[in-house]
Amino acid sequence: MNWTLALPEIVLALSGLVILLAGVMQRRGQAFFSCAMMTLLALVVTGILVVLSPDGTGYNHIFINDGFARFMKVLSLTGAALSVVLSVGYAREMEIDKFEFPVLIAFSTLGTMIMASSGNLMTLFVGLELSSLSIYILCAFARDRVTAAEAGLKYFVLGSLASGLLLYGISLAYGFAGTMEYAGLQQAVRGSAVLPAGLMVGIVFVLVGLCFKLSMVPFHMWTPDVYQGAPTSVTAYMAGAPKIAAFAVLLRVMAGPFGSMTPQWQLLIEVVSAASMVFGSLAAIPQGNIKRLMAYSSIGHMGYAMIGMAAGTAEGTRGTLVYLVTYLFMNVGAFAGIVAMRRKGRAVSRISDLSGLGRTDPGMALAMAVFMFSMAGAPPLAGFFGKLMVFYAAINAHLYGLAAIGIVSSVIGAYYYIRIVKIMFFDAAAPALDRSPVSVSFVSVGMGLVTTFFVVGLGPVATAAQAAASALFR
Amino acid sequence: MHSAIEGIGLAPYLSIGAILLVLGVFGIFVNRKNVIIILMSIELILLSANINFVAFSAATGDLSGQVMTLFVLTIAAAESAIGLAIVTVYFRNRGSIEVDDITMMKG
Repeated sequence: MNWTLALPEIVLALSGLVILLAGVMQRRGQAFFSCAMMTLLALVVTGILVVLSPDGTGYNHIFINDGFARFMKVLSLTGAALSVVLSVGYAREMEIDKFEFPVLIAFSTLGTMIMASSGNLMTLFVGLELSSLSIYILCAFARDRVTAAEAGLKYFVLGSLASGLLLYGISLAYGFAGTMEYAGLQQAVRGSAVLPAGLMVGIVFVLVGLCFKLSMVPFHMWTPDVYQGAPTSVTAYMAGAPKIAAFAVLLRVMAGPFGSMTPQWQLLIEVVSAASMVFGSLAAIPQGNIKRLMAYSSIGHMGYAMIGMAAGTAEGTRGTLVYLVTYLFMNVGAFAGIVAMRRKGRAVSRISDLSGLGRTDPGMALAMAVFMFSMAGAPPLAGFFGKLMVFYAAINAHLYGLAAIGIVSSVIGAYYYIRIVKIMFFDAAAPALDRSPVSVSFVSVGMGLVTTFFVVGLGPVATAAQAAASALFR
Repeated sequence: MHSAIEGIGLAPYLSIGAILLVLGVFGIFVNRKNVIIILMSIELILLSANINFVAFSAATGDLSGQVMTLFVLTIAAAESAIGLAIVTVYFRNRGSIEVDDITMMKG
């Protein structure tokens, strides 16, 4: 058995424990910065190990490492590292600069990596819970704020319900297929002419649990409240790595074990995807709080990313993966802008607080405008290419209706993104915002450049996504 | 293979599992009083899946279901510890754990 297969995960887990120990040893108040830096280092080292890790299955078939797993792991590590950088300045000002904060992000990322590599429903569940349990704590981390506590409580209750339903689905799938391994499930599904009803119910429960983690309509009710109440750098993390991991699991399970019954689940995915796109673009219009707006926007984005999955082809999966890459970058960038929204030392999050930003802080306003246009899907920014690839895959898979709904809802969605740009550049100026911390400006500028010049890197990203997708559809 | 499940079959075990699941889900959605009851309902849902795992494992003679049960028990313990911690934090800020009071954010 090749135990080095999971070397990146082992390294991240051990360094998480070491950083925790280092945090306890240091004096109060100083530990946060050094622990955040160590976590960042651990994430980078893990990322390098992921890129170098070999293909194969190990640990009695419960762990799969292939091109797809590597792609997803690198994405979620990137999201985690960027949110740690965002937290460095933010946590001190919010007085949540305790050393456990970056360590929890590291453990949650470890969970997402295990999900991406799962070869067995057991690994899936354990990885999902590791990532979710850490996020429950992170949501309620600002424990003297009633909104943070409420966000934590809401996310905990609804998240546990979703995990419970997922687990029940796993138990049914296990019972009626006789195994928990993906390879065994695939054989059981292929071998039977008529699927047992219990297996179908189990698959639907698993889908529901994962759709909840992705905040797809109709399982989205927690999203706006949790996004609004949680500390902003946690929201930035939550909107990135865990969603990427849930997509990794969904794509792997639906292409692998349940791939031969695509016609049966395809309609379900199409409906969920269409509903998320339409709801995400309509419900965001009346919002006055930018974090709530971003929540609805991420509901919509998950809908678009799911178009590629509904296509059920390697091309569709490639579209989804490219979409997730663009989503990660523009989303972290937009949240960097929101983290920087502080006035006289207090965090503000109303959209009207941004008015006249074009005059008071042109650099930040320009960066926000880039992210908003990119999310609306304006060429030649990153968001355009993601949307292009999923729509292209949908049309090639003859899902004309879904592509049409997607295009219409992205036009509606453009309204609220561009309204923010209008408020920033053409409305009467509000009092100036505070100067943002260096780390936040760094993320904002970096993501702005990546989003603007994404077309340069489109070739390599699409090639990597193609390789990842074909690893899944072998 | 000889197991206790041969005597009465799989159906009663699965029925108990399903009843516990429904009880748990209704406990979360119908209950308008106390957050602690929601925590209990979450435990019920996890345990209903556990009963399924053990029953299926005994019926098919495959051990992995029982291994999964052990994992689920550990995770359930961690989950309720975190849940109680979050409820405590919430109570300190709000002075109440009534479900109807959890409405600071809306829209």
